[in-house]
Amino acid sequence: MNRREKIIQIVKQVSGKPTVPDADESLFESGYLDSFALTDMVSALEKEFQVQVPDSDLTPRKFESVERIENYLESRT
Amino acid sequence: MAFLNAPGAYLPGRIVGNQPMADALGVTPEWIYGVSGIEERRYAEAGETVASMAVAAARDCLARAGMKANEIGMVLVASGSSERRFPGPAATVASGLGLAGAAALDLPMASAGSLFALSLASHLTEKYRNVLVIGAEKMSAIVRHEPLDRNVDILFGDGAGACVVSAGAGKARIIDSLIETDGAFAEDLKLEFGQPLDMNGRSVIMQASRKVPRAILALLRRNNVDPADVEVFLMHQANQNLIDRVARGIGVSPSKFYSNIAHYGNTSSASMLIAAAEWWAASGGPKPGVPICFAAFGAGFQWGAVLASGV
Repeated sequence: MNRREKIIQIVKQVSGKPTVPDADESLFESGYLDSFALTDMVSALEKEFQVQVPDSDLTPRKFESVERIENYLESRT
Repeated sequence: MAFLNAPGAYLPGRIVGNQPMADALGVTPEWIYGVSGIEERRYAEAGETVASMAVAAARDCLARAGMKANEIGMVLVASGSSERRFPGPAATVASGLGLAGAAALDLPMASAGSLFALSLASHLTEKYRNVLVIGAEKMSAIVRHEPLDRNVDILFGDGAGACVVSAGAGKARIIDSLIETDGAFAEDLKLEFGQPLDMNGRSVIMQASRKVPRAILALLRRNNVDPADVEVFLMHQANQNLIDRVARGIGVSPSKFYSNIAHYGNTSSASMLIAAAEWWAASGGPKPGVPICFAAFGAGFQWGAVLASGV
């Protein structure tokens, strides 16, 4: 499973939605994530990809879409 | 050493349920409850002000503590909703209590204001002996500002809480406090003059979900207190879902976190002391040697915790 597939799996787990979001689709506007699910998703990403997201990076915009999440994780490796 | 006395509170009489809020905002009462845990909130009457509610809460706490106003050496008033630039409500509150000459200081802070004031007071008692800490808010005047925002307006209510922090004696000794600020997030929760409250709720929840549990755990660990041994956590009543999340974050049951948000909504800087007053009156207050912990998070972002123990 590649990075994008792992991200999508986490989004589906956290959101409880079986559908797959488009890579550039806003996870907020499309109802995948509310404020609390967003926080859960970041925790799951940290665990899965073994990265520590510092508070300064903990902004909704960085995690708004699968593509943005992928870019952020790329920047951390 | 600094000690807490029995806190007091004032809640205005006008109860506003979720139905009228839902009608005005195009949502359902069930949605409001689901996203916030709030069933109703109190709104001040037109003639009530931040200062008048603060005075009412102060009188309640003085009565509960068995103290007289003339024993107060300093007044600290936290409010993010005061009606004018200056003077802030502290001077009016001191005057309302008949305290001519006592130092009165405003903390123009929102939700974490009374926590910061408690921490500050614990360092001021040696000089001022009895420091009156008040959090008072008239949030209804802000959230009814057009344009209405369903993610903001449902949350807030009015009220005031108060507590006297004393040198030498009281019902609970303040053991330690931890207060922190990160201004990098100042734009994510703000109230500009003449504007509606501007809140990036996602940012607030993300940051609070991390910072509050971390602050509580750091404070407890450096004082060798296990979270399970804390009798009650008296936290700013921002959102029931956030309170539950913070409880899980420090590894205790949400039932250890006192909650009255269902009835009052988020009363910003007032909420923590209102919760403290209710818990104190219902339980009889802290038991000797048993810790209690205050916590808050708010605009700035500013957050922290205060640890006390019954005497």
